[in-house]
Amino acid sequence: MNTEATVMKETPLQRFWSEFCESRIAVASLVVLLIIILLAALAPWITPQNPYDLAQVDVLDGKLPPGSDAYAGYTMWLGSDGAGRDLYSAILYGIRISLTVGLAAGFIALIIGTVIGLTAAYAGGRVDTFIMRAVDIQLSFPAVLIALVLVAILGRGIDKIIIALVAAQWAYYARTVRATAMVESAKEYVEAARCLALSTTRIVIRHVLPNCLAPLIVIGTVQTASAIALESTLSFLGVGLRQTEPSLGVLISNGFEYMMSGRYWISFFPGIALLLTIVSINLVGDQLRDVLNPRLKR
Amino acid sequence: MTAFIIRRLLQAALVVFLMSVIVFFGVNVIGDPVDMLISPDADQAEIARTIQALGLDRPIGEQYLHFLKGVATGDFGKSFIFGEPALKLILHHMPATVELALVSLLMAILLGIPLGLYAGLYPDRKVSKGIIAGSILGFSLPTFWVGLMLIMLFAVVLGWLPSTGRGDTAVFLGIESSLWTRDGLSHLFLPALNLALTNISLVIRLTRAGVREAMHQDYIKFARAKGLSESRVVSVHLMKNILIPIVTVLGLEFGGLLAFSVVTESIFAWPGMGKLLIDSLLQLDRPVVVAYLMIIVLFFVVINLVVDILYSVLDPRVRLKDQGA
Amino acid sequence: MTYRLTIGAVLASAMLASPAWSEELTIGLGSEATAIDPHFHNLGPNNALARHIFDRLILQNELQQLEPGLAVSWEPVDDLTWEFKLREGVKFHDGSDFTADDVVCTWDRAPNVPNSPSSFATYTKGKTAVKIDDYTVHFKTEAPYPLMANDVSTVTIVSDEVGCEATTAEYNDGTAAVGTGPFKFVSYKPGDAIVVERNEDYWGEKPIWTSVTFKPIKSAPARVAALLAGDVDVIAAVPTTDVATLEKNEDVSLSQGASNRVIYLHLDHDRSDSPFVKANGGGAIENPLQKLEVRKAISMAINRDAIVDRVMEGIAIKAGQLLPDGFFGVSDKLEPVEYDPEGARALLAGAGYPDGFELTIHGPNDRYINDAKIAEAIGQMLSRVGIKTQVETMPRSVYFGRASKGGPNDTPEFSFILVGWGAGSGEASSPLKSLIGTHNPDKGWGSSNRGRYSNAEFDALLDTALSTVDDAERQALLAQATEMAIEDVAIIPTHYQVNTWGTRKGLNYVARTDEYTLAIGVGKE
Repeated sequence: MNTEATVMKETPLQRFWSEFCESRIAVASLVVLLIIILLAALAPWITPQNPYDLAQVDVLDGKLPPGSDAYAGYTMWLGSDGAGRDLYSAILYGIRISLTVGLAAGFIALIIGTVIGLTAAYAGGRVDTFIMRAVDIQLSFPAVLIALVLVAILGRGIDKIIIALVAAQWAYYARTVRATAMVESAKEYVEAARCLALSTTRIVIRHVLPNCLAPLIVIGTVQTASAIALESTLSFLGVGLRQTEPSLGVLISNGFEYMMSGRYWISFFPGIALLLTIVSINLVGDQLRDVLNPRLKR
Repeated sequence: MTAFIIRRLLQAALVVFLMSVIVFFGVNVIGDPVDMLISPDADQAEIARTIQALGLDRPIGEQYLHFLKGVATGDFGKSFIFGEPALKLILHHMPATVELALVSLLMAILLGIPLGLYAGLYPDRKVSKGIIAGSILGFSLPTFWVGLMLIMLFAVVLGWLPSTGRGDTAVFLGIESSLWTRDGLSHLFLPALNLALTNISLVIRLTRAGVREAMHQDYIKFARAKGLSESRVVSVHLMKNILIPIVTVLGLEFGGLLAFSVVTESIFAWPGMGKLLIDSLLQLDRPVVVAYLMIIVLFFVVINLVVDILYSVLDPRVRLKDQGA
Repeated sequence: MTYRLTIGAVLASAMLASPAWSEELTIGLGSEATAIDPHFHNLGPNNALARHIFDRLILQNELQQLEPGLAVSWEPVDDLTWEFKLREGVKFHDGSDFTADDVVCTWDRAPNVPNSPSSFATYTKGKTAVKIDDYTVHFKTEAPYPLMANDVSTVTIVSDEVGCEATTAEYNDGTAAVGTGPFKFVSYKPGDAIVVERNEDYWGEKPIWTSVTFKPIKSAPARVAALLAGDVDVIAAVPTTDVATLEKNEDVSLSQGASNRVIYLHLDHDRSDSPFVKANGGGAIENPLQKLEVRKAISMAINRDAIVDRVMEGIAIKAGQLLPDGFFGVSDKLEPVEYDPEGARALLAGAGYPDGFELTIHGPNDRYINDAKIAEAIGQMLSRVGIKTQVETMPRSVYFGRASKGGPNDTPEFSFILVGWGAGSGEASSPLKSLIGTHNPDKGWGSSNRGRYSNAEFDALLDTALSTVDDAERQALLAQATEMAIEDVAIIPTHYQVNTWGTRKGLNYVARTDEYTLAIGVGKE
């Protein structure tokens, strides 16, 4: 236990960090997550093959077990998939796509949800009732179904799947932001700001929004993870991304058909990569929730 | 309360209407089912005749009006693929899905609450940490991947359970279900478990969170201070309070189960509504897709209503009213 | 010798006719029939199911050769009339007799089922059925029609008493599902199971199975798992990826056979500015696919051995024309084009494209065996000879509509596509007419000519072939037309599909070119 004095000296960020570090699992997850992000970002420089350049992919290299040598000379440490993509390269590029989809969908949904949530909280009355009914209805409708129907209608492609995921997820953010904003706006400091005749916009942006950040971060991590999982599910159902530019979900579902024939590596390694990504995001999010939830504090 | 219910139903009608418009026009944009359904041997005249016979040559707005007229008399149109009324097809597939969803809900409760209680009451034990880590896995594993692993392990490697399909059904209490036969139950186990996985994790986490939060609340401290036995504190005071969020979420998740059965049913060849939906969507069977989604929305509205009402029964402090009021 | 044979035959038939125990069979199907009504949807799985409960006048055997069914003989009596003699003493499952009335009313019903997404009008059109006596029917046409027997062999005969006026729903609930076939309808649960039982009074060879259950299992790995777990006795459409493993498995045996389905590439012959062909860098370009050298180069750039060995895992046959050897109208001169990337580059350079151009190949991803993977492999191969190729695959629900009429004025949208064609009639005129004949809605030709290939010389030759009643002569003309089309690279065939069925040990299946899965084809060892 720290003494009062040392706690006093810490900035909020430092305190947050030291509380986050209380869970070794969470720290390990964060490290794993950072490594995954780093690998994905550096993919073009640390992989032997660009799996999206068809001239570099050879079907004659297809379905080789881990450790085989490709026609072009390099060793495929994780084997190759049915089209002849080096799985190590394909996984790193796939993480890029999965993360891009998850983060982009999460971020856009966060922005849209926040704006809508704040609008509801501050406009009140009919606008609020209308928005919250829409949120309720949206939340009661499963994300997978919304995304499935939307992607089926919109067609394939990263942009379309992001639209579908945003449409499926904005409501979570909106509801959270509204609830937090309602609580915050009842507090004295907002009253005080009002008394100073500050504009509503200014109050919302400068005072209320920062207080909504904590719950938003928690939801954001969980929703990003679920967006990644959702994308892989849609790909499995046959309405996801293009097969020539595979995300992790596409790689797994392409490998799915090889499971019975013992070529486990084609969907096993991408599966592990997906698992590590989602689990580490979720574990980090879990710890964030514990740290940021004031009711659990001792 | 009556006014509340009526207002809710009116809102629901509006939602159903809007959704039917979006889906009807949306599915129309994807493409024309005839190009896919017709035999390649057919010549152009035959293709044109078929399009006309299915009413697909008319402007989409007109088709929609025609559809609305039908809906007013309870006719959702006939499936392009099966030639049978869409509603009949869906109702035909519904029992299998409901049965699957109910069993998996039961699994979630029976497995989730005890595990969650344990993890919440003894948060520092190794087992609890294992339970929580496991629940995160349950969240994170894609359903389709788990489904295949279950088939591989239990049906192929161990040979304990059948791999796919629905088992024999029997009639009991006037309900035909595969729950009443041994064969039926053995077919049901794997898909239900697959479907339940996410919810088991969810219930574990909700229960744990509820317990941990409640432990710091005054009423528990008070109950303990009164010298009540630990089991009584847990079973009466604690359970009563953590059950509310669990009932809510499970109620809402029941709808999610119906929807997520799309994935599970595809893998396990379970002849339910979810499989019908994905097949219909992939084959542009518009009448079935629209009817399915309309029914599902109605379903959700009813579930939400029931949850809200249950809520007010479980917790008298909650008054039935609309959000934002 | 004759004597011994006879005894053997009697013994065999005695054993077949009276098994001492009940024999149940469960079949896992890859695609489900959409109705019991045999005229509702002209679709492979529906037609296969109908073969159990019903019969046709002429049956197609496993190689799609024609055999007597409910008709015992058929021949043209003049240029415009074919005479069919019907089998006597055949009874429907409800005990009523099969007569010419059933044929005539079937002919009225087959093209006119309400809400049918694909009717049999394609085969009944232009032919009138006339009853001459109870066991003689005349089919009349307005022009000489040599393919009469092929067309008649596709139409399922239903009963005059209960079948002809019945709705699709009445077939599905069983009341009208009364045929003359080897099995009787028992139950139908869409998406779940279809059950039939042996017709003890069948006129032909009686099935060895007393009861057969068909279970649709669309997911291929799940289907294989069901066979391995013993939940089903037979599965259709074994995925190519699992064939090698299953071959090693002692509890399972496989049967394979070439299908009537060719997988081919169609190229835009028509538009000089084709939407998915671009100059390097994405600028406009005069459509290079219109040049014969370029088409030849593309064909030479495709490594068909790699497609067959790697993508199809050896379960396919390299294709050089529209139908595999052995079918009616096939040319014996055409061989699959040899893989020659150097030659392809040289041809491209000669045609004025030393650095190639940009191209997008479009294909379905849920229609043919490994379709998306084939498209991707072809994309790789073309990229390697300098034609920078993008691969776009999509579900068939989207694909076929766009491929046929997604462009302006209902023209084909794409420039270079992967498609397949199964010759339901089992002879070469079907693909020649639909894929290569000039697109002409009035004539009914070129309905699937998505490259809009048009060659007057070819059309004239095919016209002659289609009005030639003499089989040998027609066969030669069809072969000649095929050669003309292939030499002009109207389409680029890649391979013929080979279908695989899996059975549990002790059973076998007679592989069929038409991809039907029939319980009568399942035998015991």
